[in-house]
Amino acid sequence: MEAAVRPAWIGLALAVLVAAVAVQPSPAQETVRPIAPQDRLSGSAFMSAEARALQADDASNPAMLWVKDGEDIWARKTGVAERSCADCHGEAGASMKGVAARYPAFDPASQKPVTLDQRINICRTINQKAEPFAPESQPALAIASYVGLQSRGMPITPPDDKRLKPFLEAGRSLFGLRQGQLNLSCANCHDALWGGKLGGSPIPQAHPTGYPIYRLEWQGIGSLQRRLRNCMTGVRAEPFAPNSIEFTEIELYLAERAKGMTVETPAIRP
Amino acid sequence: MGRALINVPATAKAGDIIEIKALVAHVMETGYRHEVDGKPIPRDIINHFTCAYNGVVVFEADFYPAIAANPFLSFTTIATETGVLTFIWTDDKAEKQVETARITIT
Ligand code: HEC
Ligand code: HEC
Repeated sequence: MEAAVRPAWIGLALAVLVAAVAVQPSPAQETVRPIAPQDRLSGSAFMSAEARALQADDASNPAMLWVKDGEDIWARKTGVAERSCADCHGEAGASMKGVAARYPAFDPASQKPVTLDQRINICRTINQKAEPFAPESQPALAIASYVGLQSRGMPITPPDDKRLKPFLEAGRSLFGLRQGQLNLSCANCHDALWGGKLGGSPIPQAHPTGYPIYRLEWQGIGSLQRRLRNCMTGVRAEPFAPNSIEFTEIELYLAERAKGMTVETPAIRP
Repeated sequence: MGRALINVPATAKAGDIIEIKALVAHVMETGYRHEVDGKPIPRDIINHFTCAYNGVVVFEADFYPAIAANPFLSFTTIATETGVLTFIWTDDKAEKQVETARITIT
């Protein structure tokens, strides 16, 4: 299904953009200046008034359909353990408040950082003794939206955890790495050219403020990793595998870069 | 069909103009798209919606393929009496989704 929907900007104004950034020096080592904290803007700041209104009202935000499904999953007993999320965590409004705002976080068992989706799947397998949710599946997006909503309005607060440091630095490097046939880094677009246009689309600053998002182009909800895959295929790079450590590292860097910005989950994006 | 979200004021005064919002999960498959192997994806859209207030239709709409997935409608009516608003979406598979909401006139 996704193959039928092509990002409108692919191929379109890319020639112009490549011309604009190709003049920059030494591909591997270049440093694009990061956005100053006071200049940071969420993706919603680049949206039309109509899209912002859709997000602002829970009665019109279609992502709330997934939130309601997530609420059901939260309460449903399942797995060999016959336990619901609520059996252990109680009211999500209390136990999950602020949780999404501080993921990815370090998982002592695997000695690696995990995304919120992966942390939820750890509870699925270890605590509920059930099958993990497949990446990008309806229940995975529903429960992530429901847990994410409990942090809405709160600041993004990446954990101050020494064990995360090497992964965060790897994420920072990936963000600056030129990739794909178009040979562009995330920073080329999102640090250097934000506010500009790519085809008809404004280039946002790439802050992970609203995930999972309901994207109008997708006519559905999707995770941050789906969004990142779109940007990678946009520059004709091979996207990292779902739940790969590279994606987690980029997510860590995006969270650090957006530290203190407000969670809007579940957001609308064009 | 899927899940619906209805927003109707719980209470109103007789004569008030009330705003009603109705959102429903539906793929709204246009019928113009193809699978990767070229097979057409059959059209499956909601083609009709009605809202009845104590049995009297106060709003209805025909839908066409250009309407996005998970359609959202907002419309107004006049609060008259305590009772039930009934929302019915019908799609190309003749599946009906029926939802109700109560309103109390104070
Ligand atoms: C060629 C320019 C370009 C490159 C390179 C690029 N992006 Fe994007 N990105 C965009 C555009 C344009 C959008 C807005 C969505 C749209 O309309 O397609 C976007 C959207 C995003 C968003 C969504 C922001 C929001 O408000 O939800 C994130 C996050 C993001 N990009 C991250 C990345 C990362 C990480 C990389 C590197 C792997 C990257 N992008 C590479 C152009 C780019
Ligand atoms: C059998 C009990 C049990 C069940 C069932 C369970 N969990 Fe957990 N969950 C835990 C425990 C224990 C932890 C670890 C708490 C800690 O490390 O402080 C945890 C941690 C978490 C965390 C991370 C919290 C944080 O502060 O970082 C999330 C998110 C979470 N669970 C979500 C869920 C969801 C969603 C479900 C249902 C799909 C679920 N859990 C089911 C026991 C459970």
